[in-house]
Amino acid sequence: MRHIVTKGLVLDEPLIFEVSSAGRKGVEPAVCDVPVVDAAKVIPAAMLRGANDPMAGFPEVSEIDAVRHYTRLSQWNFGVDTGFYPLGSCTMKYNPKINEDAARLEGLSAIHPYQPEELSQGALRLIYELEDYLAEISGMSAITLQPSAGAQGELTGLLMIAAYFKAKGRPRHKIIIPDTAHGTNPASSALAGFKVVPIKSESNGVLTLDAVKAVMDDDTAALMLTNPNTIGIFERNIHDIAAYVHKKGGLIYCDGANLNAIMGIMKLGEMGVDVVQFNLHKTFSTPHGGGGPGSGPVGVGKALVPFLPGPRIKKSGNKYKFVRDNPKSIGRVKAFYGNFGVMVKAYAYIRRMGPDGIRKAALTAILNANYIKESLKGTFHLPYDQPCMHECVFSDKAQSAYGVTTIDMAKRLIDYGYHPPTVYFPLVVHGAIMIEPTETETKATLDGFIETMKEIAEEARANPDLLKSAPVNTKVQRVDEVRAAREPILRWRPGA
Amino acid sequence: MPYIPHSDKDIADILKTVGAASTEEFLKYLPEELRLKGKLNLPDGLSEQELSAELRSIAARNSTVNGYASFLGAGAYNHYIPATVGHLASRSEFYTAYTPYQPEISQGTLQAVFEYQTLVCQMTAMDVANASLYDGASATAEAVLMARRITGRDTVVMSAALHPEYRETVRTYLVGAGNHVTEALYCTEAGTTLPEAVEAACGDAPACLVVQHPNFFGSIEDLATLAEVIHRKKGLLIVVTAEPVSFGLLKPPGELGADIAVGENQSFGNPLAFGGPYLGFMATKTEYVRQMPGRLIGQTVDKNGSRAYCLTFATREQHIRRERATSNICTNHGLCALAAAIHLVSLGRVGLCALANLNLSKAEYLKARLSSVGIAPAFTSPTFNEFTFKLDTDPDAFMKALLKKRIMAGVGLKRFYPELARHIVVSATEMNSKADIDRFAEEAGKVTR
Amino acid sequence: MDFPKDLKYTKEHEWVKLDGNVATVGITDYAQDSLGDVVYVELPQEGGTVTKNEPFGVVESVKAVSDLYSPISGSVTEVNDAIVDTPEAINEDPYGDAWMIKVDVASLDELDDLMSADEYQKFIEEEK
Repeated sequence: MRHIVTKGLVLDEPLIFEVSSAGRKGVEPAVCDVPVVDAAKVIPAAMLRGANDPMAGFPEVSEIDAVRHYTRLSQWNFGVDTGFYPLGSCTMKYNPKINEDAARLEGLSAIHPYQPEELSQGALRLIYELEDYLAEISGMSAITLQPSAGAQGELTGLLMIAAYFKAKGRPRHKIIIPDTAHGTNPASSALAGFKVVPIKSESNGVLTLDAVKAVMDDDTAALMLTNPNTIGIFERNIHDIAAYVHKKGGLIYCDGANLNAIMGIMKLGEMGVDVVQFNLHKTFSTPHGGGGPGSGPVGVGKALVPFLPGPRIKKSGNKYKFVRDNPKSIGRVKAFYGNFGVMVKAYAYIRRMGPDGIRKAALTAILNANYIKESLKGTFHLPYDQPCMHECVFSDKAQSAYGVTTIDMAKRLIDYGYHPPTVYFPLVVHGAIMIEPTETETKATLDGFIETMKEIAEEARANPDLLKSAPVNTKVQRVDEVRAAREPILRWRPGA
Repeated sequence: MPYIPHSDKDIADILKTVGAASTEEFLKYLPEELRLKGKLNLPDGLSEQELSAELRSIAARNSTVNGYASFLGAGAYNHYIPATVGHLASRSEFYTAYTPYQPEISQGTLQAVFEYQTLVCQMTAMDVANASLYDGASATAEAVLMARRITGRDTVVMSAALHPEYRETVRTYLVGAGNHVTEALYCTEAGTTLPEAVEAACGDAPACLVVQHPNFFGSIEDLATLAEVIHRKKGLLIVVTAEPVSFGLLKPPGELGADIAVGENQSFGNPLAFGGPYLGFMATKTEYVRQMPGRLIGQTVDKNGSRAYCLTFATREQHIRRERATSNICTNHGLCALAAAIHLVSLGRVGLCALANLNLSKAEYLKARLSSVGIAPAFTSPTFNEFTFKLDTDPDAFMKALLKKRIMAGVGLKRFYPELARHIVVSATEMNSKADIDRFAEEAGKVTR
Repeated sequence: MDFPKDLKYTKEHEWVKLDGNVATVGITDYAQDSLGDVVYVELPQEGGTVTKNEPFGVVESVKAVSDLYSPISGSVTEVNDAIVDTPEAINEDPYGDAWMIKVDVASLDELDDLMSADEYQKFIEEEK
């Protein structure tokens, strides 16, 4: 069966505020076992909620109302557990259930960030070891697990780069970023105070030493690239480029979004990378949560270690300790130590996979992407026809003759029970369709997707209107995003 | 190999299609000198059963806030999480989905977050709230950057009674923008931000004043007075709330002059988890929405006119505006927002107000019991579920002695405020029973006597 | 695609119409078409100044942002506030109702390097 689709039991469900009915109670708080305090006796009236309460409309529902509400909502969602999710650049691999159980263990969840170190040895050990594993996988000297997500990791890395040059007494102000980069790269650079210098990749999809030479100067702090890049191609000139940038006194920042393709195969540190951020929610199997939380650790080479955010963790004997005295540190980017609950899941993944599993995951991710590329390249235009790494990028060029665009094909895929690939990214490919199958899918799933894509290409030729009106099998059909922006409704209001 | 399902036959078939002899063959396109010769130096893989045992043994090396009587707060609060939260938020249709870029198959996440945005607006009395930010500290930094964009001014004034780790985060975030951060002292008697100090720190053209409410010492700030000072100088008031259960009782920031309300919603639905993942929230006035960072969900219709939700105002964000975006944030804390929403909906309006009053009652009882053994609050201002007391003796020895009695007696302030070397901030929530509070006071009395 | 003959055009896809010393500025039919449904416009204040080749405002669709570049320098005498509330006018009538600003031109010489309708049409065909 190629299409995974049904006219199932999809129930409608209003907003929770519309389900609400005054006086209805859900989960009531515990009974007060100490004298009940009249707030007005201890807090001035001007500081208390008044009679004219703006919480009007705050939901009042029974427990079963709440349970049905969120259960029904969940059924309108498509996740990795629902079906194939080949969203390029996002590494939507299977999220192992043991990881979820681990994060919920009482000993790993009911622990306070300020409880004494001697009562938190398990947590400190887990952080310390995960830093160690990530350092080994990436070939970097040290890791911080503090950043909350990839973008915050980028900011952290870039601030360290700025601090490094400042400490040398020669601040630098520019970051070179290829046109294929994720939007977070220039945004993080600007936030860290840098000027962004864009650079084009060559027609074969990779960056050349000459292109870097043309823009690299002694005010350039770093070249920020993604390797493998967002076209799914390995930046094979990285070694020469890094050597040149280093000769000019600059640093190499690698966006580790695509680490899944090279873990266990190559180490970024050996390519000359000075800073890398990881995405535990991509490479290391922690779930995306419908938009986070992720975790964006940063790895650095020796020269940047003193600038890492604090506190650091040190092991002496069998004891783990926080080290708070880090005079050159850039400071912290969030409260406490990072997204510990996410770290637990990544730790569980690495321990489960081991060195052989990690390498096999990367090799299989590459194999699967090449399988899709080879299987679909006669059907869809392939702008960079060469072996790919973990993802491949097609375009809608062949179908545009029938007036069909990438978005139409993406929406049609939904009708057949697949999550669409990443579309219209990278920007250098017009009408891009970026497919990342990951290593966790069966061949049968890949085959079903390939056949469906071919069928959609045929529909594009024979019956383009079918694609224009897709999806039809979903809770809602194409959503009017223009209206959402022109007539913004960003919250519910009573009487609305 | 775990989680890699191909059979040998599958691999053979795939290799045939791609015209390769082995999976290793693709490595020939990678520079030879960069390929790893040996194996990664990692522990060998474990079976699921072995892994489960290993994780349990690591977990067992931590003591928990359930095993001790914990009076720790200071930005991370121990609250009861209703059973509904765990069951509903762990439905994998929610947690294994990506950011809802394809609205037709993401209406669940989209509607839930639209509702969450509304709940935040209702609690804070603001017009509009975003889908979430990472945590209270980075949300505060984002609010400061936003205030600078809105006012076109540089000077940022932070209350010294703002969480020290939040202040450090703001300073880190502002390095790229040239900093310009000053701090306004707190009143050593009341434990609240001094309006005179704010006035002096503002200069002529402040971008914003950042005040935590209730503040790091647990004190309830006089927001109306502080709002008057900063608004007179045409700067914005940013109110930071680290303990949002207080919204059930205290007058909301939006009614006291806040232009941006930010903070930490961990208290709702999210476990302590050694400091994360938590849930930064941000709400503001309609007129500032285009300067707000982070994702926003809006209501619209589908092509048949049915109500539907989608991401909107995306042109503010990095994937479109790149180096000119309002923030670099991409992945946020959506699942934490879902958990918070389920908790809030489960509590309901009456439940939230009752929970707030329960917290106040516990903290007032703790205050009274500690006073009865000679340990008095350090500051005179009113408090919610957290307050600071001062010892005549060494606080480290005090906390150590109580730890032996299985009591985590609060957070010492010496590390954050050298001048408050004998001060400890304690929190009491619905999780602290009367028996625990009585025991805390009794043992504390013994230690200090 | 429409290219009125009485207008002058820029490479950034703005048009100018000169009436005495006052220039009316907007974006071209081609610009609105490639942008898609316009959902938001940001225009300068009346009484402010604009500088040739410098941004004076922003137009946005759902998934794109474009700066508006001024074809001439001068002071802004009038702003079309109506299109701020109805940005769809930019898609519907880019050369008419959806004019953006009127500028008291500082130096008429600045119009010399702008394109005629024919030149602009040729320019965008080459750009495609």
